[in-house]
Amino acid sequence: MPTEVLMPALSPTMEKGNLAKWLKKEGDKIKSGDVIAEIETDKATMEVEAADEGTLGKILVPEGTADVAVNTPIAVILGEGEDKGAIKAIKPSQESAPPVKAQKQEAKTQDTPAPKPSKAPEAPVQHIASDPDIPEGTEMVTMTMREALRDAMAEEMRRDKDVFVMGEEVAEYQGAYKVTQGLLQEFGANRVIDTPITEHGFAGLGIGAGLAGLKPVIEFMTFNFAMQAMDQLINSAAKTLYMSGGQMGCQIVFRGPNGAAARVAAQHSQDYAAWYSNIPGLKVIAPSTAADAKGLLKAAIRDPNPVIFLENEILYGHSSPVPKLDDFVLPIGKAKIVRQGNDVTIVSWAMGMTYALKAAEELASEGIDAEVIDLRTIRPMDTETIVASVQKTGRAVTVEEGWQQSGVGAEIAARIMEHAFDYLDAPVARVAGKDVPMPYAANLEKLALPSVAEVIEAAKAVCYR
Amino acid sequence: MAIAQKTPIPEPKVVVAEFSKEQELSAYRTMLTIRRFEEKAGQMYGMGLIGGFCHLYIGQEAVVVGIQMTLKPGDQVITGYRDHGHMIATGMDLKGIMAELTGRAHGYSKGKGGSMHMFSVEKGFYGGHGIVAAQVPLGTGLGFADRYRGTDNLSVTYFGDGAANQGQVYESFNMASLWKLPVIYVIENNRYAMGTAITRSSAEVNLSRRGLSFNIPGDQVDGMDVRAVNAAGEKAAQWCRSGKGPYILEMLTYRYRGHSMSDPAKYRTREEVDEIRTHHDPIDMARQRILEKKFANEEALKKIDAEIRDQVNQAAEFATHDPEPDPSELYTDVYR
Repeated sequence: MPTEVLMPALSPTMEKGNLAKWLKKEGDKIKSGDVIAEIETDKATMEVEAADEGTLGKILVPEGTADVAVNTPIAVILGEGEDKGAIKAIKPSQESAPPVKAQKQEAKTQDTPAPKPSKAPEAPVQHIASDPDIPEGTEMVTMTMREALRDAMAEEMRRDKDVFVMGEEVAEYQGAYKVTQGLLQEFGANRVIDTPITEHGFAGLGIGAGLAGLKPVIEFMTFNFAMQAMDQLINSAAKTLYMSGGQMGCQIVFRGPNGAAARVAAQHSQDYAAWYSNIPGLKVIAPSTAADAKGLLKAAIRDPNPVIFLENEILYGHSSPVPKLDDFVLPIGKAKIVRQGNDVTIVSWAMGMTYALKAAEELASEGIDAEVIDLRTIRPMDTETIVASVQKTGRAVTVEEGWQQSGVGAEIAARIMEHAFDYLDAPVARVAGKDVPMPYAANLEKLALPSVAEVIEAAKAVCYR
Repeated sequence: MAIAQKTPIPEPKVVVAEFSKEQELSAYRTMLTIRRFEEKAGQMYGMGLIGGFCHLYIGQEAVVVGIQMTLKPGDQVITGYRDHGHMIATGMDLKGIMAELTGRAHGYSKGKGGSMHMFSVEKGFYGGHGIVAAQVPLGTGLGFADRYRGTDNLSVTYFGDGAANQGQVYESFNMASLWKLPVIYVIENNRYAMGTAITRSSAEVNLSRRGLSFNIPGDQVDGMDVRAVNAAGEKAAQWCRSGKGPYILEMLTYRYRGHSMSDPAKYRTREEVDEIRTHHDPIDMARQRILEKKFANEEALKKIDAEIRDQVNQAAEFATHDPEPDPSELYTDVYR
């Protein structure tokens, strides 16, 4: 059978091209790989290689022809022992062939059960369980968030030998912020691993180990340095499960302090919650108490997905009660109402909670009864809890240390608008970090961060007081 | 700045171990399967059946085939976006690969990955990665997992001469050597990082030396001779499996086609390409040896060729008629 040479598509966007030149003439012998013609696309002049062997039987589109549609037959190649007569045999079908586009479409309707006029299906709604009940009489142990995080890692490492901790200064030095204190002594150098200062490298290495089935906990000395590793976090960790059709995923936790510490200036004081929460495939957690830190870090280590676990240097030293249970694990994706109230909903997380709770106390003394929600998980976001609260209070304030533009507060406000618009008695107010790189000077730094006073002011404003 | 027009023709650096009849025929068959598959993929791209980017492996077949012959079950393979050859060499199904190229439901990634993003846990193929050099730390992590588990498996981490200039490669070299991780870094030096000749991009063009400051040994290998690749691979694998750490193999190879389907390849001469195709083609050379040593006659080779064409055509047929993924797949596999 003679073979038709079709006008090829030579770029992702090409629909037609000019047949600039024939490099072979009718009757020439052709080997697979020979350049037979040159085609001008919108971008470049490209060579057309023969994919079959034989003789160039007939040129169907002469050189110099412009705007030849992709998939138009441009020549016929005769196989061994075939003569020109054979070309006729395929001609009729060719002449009656519908234009390329229609042909392509027809092929689609025939071969592919065409999906109904495409509208994206609804995104699935996840149901997330509530916090486990803490049995009556459970002893509460007061500890720092630092200790709670350490205990969470140690418990998970005892439970599963595939869990290991890796990062800068996590082993011999006992952690730059002492979060991994004692782990090296208990688990040894094979499972508590000091890395060189090489964030891009060890983030990628950890993800590779995760793809191979291990469960790494990767510490960034601070999340400011994780920008060095951003490509691996997003392109490798978050997307591989999807790109593999669910075949290959990565169970990994990236943790470390996030946001402003004190007087370390712009490059060491950024809140990344909004950045990571933008990415499907990642989960993002930011606890504010020792108990949440422990229960959620244990959950993160067990979660089969990549989890970004945002801690806070200032909160490391804060103490709060943690239930003394053998296995205290909290659900990822569930916000917590930490203060009930009826007048205004304040939503925050992590360091923002310190402003929110103090503000709520002062507001109470002025007769405003605030409900305070600790988001705890930024992605997946617990819209349900926020919306239910706003339906009750009719007013909302978000509090975050990160910048306002495209921030988490913006997302919360949008969700409230989408799901509780009719319940709102005032526009949602956002308290956020000021729109500047973090200054060094103590007074300016203080001004750049949210404050209790700003939260109070915002709450009063939405209450029209 | 001076622009180098020509880069040197590869010369064998490693002693070539002769292949047995079985090795020679098996390598020939796999190399030819890759060649025919890629030619077909090129055609299907031309017909608009394959979209986006499509990077063909034509010319480089001896590299993956020679290396794969040194591997054993449990070893891991990872590479960049020019990955069809690696998938075929690890034994992945042609239909599944081609159907992924056409973006269909029964492609390896259910049509969600495409040419650059395919994986097979079963065959030890860890992708298929689209960001230049991102696979290098990942592959180092695969080797880390081997060491962590105490097996004598290893990770083969492929990357190109272009990727060899990315910083994360050296971050990986450092950790792999420091921790004695079993990783063979196979640098497929096809002389051009997209359109930039290696002499225009690299201060040290002998890429086998790129591990020196990390104490990683390296060899430069004739990547057009599957026997040379195999011999180098055996040596490197033995090194890694015996706990000595990583090894670098620089494969001097060549791609006949453009960087991707939309690359007119005007940065090199037709003569340069023809010279390699005529005198250094890995498949032609294997074919010649097979005939000279009478491992098979013309007739038998024609039969192999016909079988391969048939398999490739079946894969193409399957990939053309397989349905597109169901819209309900849009939201699956984001989390598990």
